[in-house]
Amino acid sequence: MSESAIEVAGLTKSFGSVTAVDHLSFSVDRGEIFGLVGPDGAGKTTTVRMIAGVMRPDAGTIMVDGVDVVTDPEAVKPRVSYMPQRFGLYEDLTVDENIRFYAEIFEIPRKLRIERAERLLAASNMLQFRQRLAGQLSGGMKQKLGLTCALIHAPRAVLLDEPTTGVDPVSRRDFWRILFGLRADGVTILISTAYLDEAERCSRLALLNEGRVLHCDTPASLKAKMPGAMLAVISPSMRDARDLVAKLPGVENVLLVGDGIHIHVDDAARRIPELTAALNAAGIVFEPVRQVIPSVEDLFVSLTEREEKAA
Amino acid sequence: MKLRRVRAVVVKEGLQIWRDRRSLIIALLMPFMQMLLLGYGVNLDIKHVAVCTFDRENSQTSQSLLKHFQASSYFAVKHVLDSYKSVTTALDRGDCVITIVIPPDFSERLRDSGQSSIQAILDATDDNTAAVATGYAQSVVSGFSDEVQLQFSGIGGASVAAAAPLSLEARVWYNEDLDSRNFIIPGVVAVVMALVGSQLTSLTISREWERGTMELLVSTPITSMELMIGKLLPYFAIGMLDATFCLGIAVWWFGVPFRGSLATLTLVTVLFLIVVLSIGYLVSVTIRTQLGASQIALILTMLPTMMLSGYTFPIDQMPDFIRPVTYLVYSRYYLTALKSIFLKGSGVVDLWFPILIMLLYAAAVGTWAARAFRKSLD
Ligand SMILES: Nc1ncnc2c1ncn2[C@@H]1O[C@H](COP(=O)(O)OP(=O)(O)OP(=O)(O)O)[C@@H](O)[C@H]1O
Ligand SMILES: [Mg+2]
Repeated sequence: MSESAIEVAGLTKSFGSVTAVDHLSFSVDRGEIFGLVGPDGAGKTTTVRMIAGVMRPDAGTIMVDGVDVVTDPEAVKPRVSYMPQRFGLYEDLTVDENIRFYAEIFEIPRKLRIERAERLLAASNMLQFRQRLAGQLSGGMKQKLGLTCALIHAPRAVLLDEPTTGVDPVSRRDFWRILFGLRADGVTILISTAYLDEAERCSRLALLNEGRVLHCDTPASLKAKMPGAMLAVISPSMRDARDLVAKLPGVENVLLVGDGIHIHVDDAARRIPELTAALNAAGIVFEPVRQVIPSVEDLFVSLTEREEKAA
Repeated sequence: MKLRRVRAVVVKEGLQIWRDRRSLIIALLMPFMQMLLLGYGVNLDIKHVAVCTFDRENSQTSQSLLKHFQASSYFAVKHVLDSYKSVTTALDRGDCVITIVIPPDFSERLRDSGQSSIQAILDATDDNTAAVATGYAQSVVSGFSDEVQLQFSGIGGASVAAAAPLSLEARVWYNEDLDSRNFIIPGVVAVVMALVGSQLTSLTISREWERGTMELLVSTPITSMELMIGKLLPYFAIGMLDATFCLGIAVWWFGVPFRGSLATLTLVTVLFLIVVLSIGYLVSVTIRTQLGASQIALILTMLPTMMLSGYTFPIDQMPDFIRPVTYLVYSRYYLTALKSIFLKGSGVVDLWFPILIMLLYAAAVGTWAARAFRKSLD
């Protein structure tokens, strides 16, 4: 039983002309938190669905806990838990009723269910909401309830598809605390996310883009591939700001984001005063330059640009 | 199959039905309203069919036959005519839908050969009314005599096929008061049950797809059969309540005589309900949007039940190429069984054929529905 918890090889899935997942290969070790990171449409959901056995791949193999998911999807279902990106519980059932339903489907003895529900709800600060309809919970609480239901049958592996998107910071912290607890119990966790700060908490990451794995490594090694820092400038004349900043020394690249620009620089401490001076000199209106956590997009742009330069 | 999972689905579905109070009330009130609507609607349509008479014999026997037409509340005798020319005029002007012509040798032949015929001349522009009027005329005529078989034959452009006397006899025999409501109401029960039953389940799977709960459900070890049975059971309970309402309205409101046993009635109703619930479920499994599923279920149940079960059009008057199709219409068997149980008091043994067919139907549609459900998002 030393093989990987999840082993994916050559996984491919197309929808018409769109190849959502393209010869994807990676493996997840037992008891690790493995992150699937990628921008919208990278193929995260499709990958997780195929591993959960709810979607058939066009090609490739998936082994979960020694079970071949492609040939026998039903065999994997009692062992893993899947938490879809879209809330999948019954909004017209209460927290307790949802938990009970999933516990019964997985044939969990009553005593065990009561005990686990108590513990899981306590861990996510949800005990006082047990009688509330799931539809009346906040976004964060919904996700925590989803996780509770997913964990009620003590699965060997948990597959979470963007579980914290749109979740408040407090709930997010609860969520991750539970995940770390699970890892300590030896549960394998596969989580997809579009947040890089979350990705950093994973033991390993696969960076996904257009259905392919760009990099698969620990967060530290991935970050090492993107040295320097990310600065943000909010400005009404962001295009002018971009054109100006792009020519300055120490700037690797500039990206338009929402209401401003993200600037990848080699050294934050040295470049912030230089940038501020240059923008002031050009008469551009802007809010103070600050350092930000690089987003997944930032990481992708800088990694793909580096690859292009190297080529 | 794990009973525990079936029970979990029953509880979950039951809670959802209970909390969706509006749909529940509609599901329970719908049969009431439809029974009354269709029950009265049908009666209005068929009462007081305009009839003209042309008695070419004017004997005591012929007059007595015509009195039967006058006495029947399903006919309103508009004109008493005295020539074929006036018959044509009356029909052309739309004064009546049907004209009964008694030939000059009517009672003579009846006396000599024990057989005789009268003519029914129909305005066939409205096929439906014509068919219904013919049916009534046949009933009146066979009601007229217990011992003598009468036949009629048509003349002119619109003709009436010589009806099989036995089927005529059967109609009147068990419905002495010639109250066609007694025939119609069991049909209304079948129509309402087909509609309500299939509508109940037609949304149950598509709702899970639309609300996004199916994705999680298919990732669990639940089997297709467990899901189906768990989902059908609560609706079965509601369906049985609805059936009780419908049958109660038939007996106590419309006064249809009930001569059979409650056990037989329950058996055929349970079978029919399983068939229509399974059809609704099958549609729900196949069509992923609630609106689409509900409409397809409506078409699949209402259309054949209204058109091909013998409810609107008597099966023996259907064109030859359509009649075989009616054997495929499950409501036909429930309709037959209901009429027999109500009016003849038939038991399980008499009804072995419709019961067998409904049993096969239930098994076939149920299996099909369970198979049709794929635990997959593809
Ligand atoms: N059921 C489907 N039918 C058709 N196309 C699909 C389907 N599911 C996904 N796709 C397409 O496949 C690609 C990958 O989608 P996927 O949902 O796997 O990405 P994702 O990484 O989960 O994105 P997001 O961050 O938006 O959730 C996209 O181009 C998407 O439009
Ligand atoms: Mg996704």
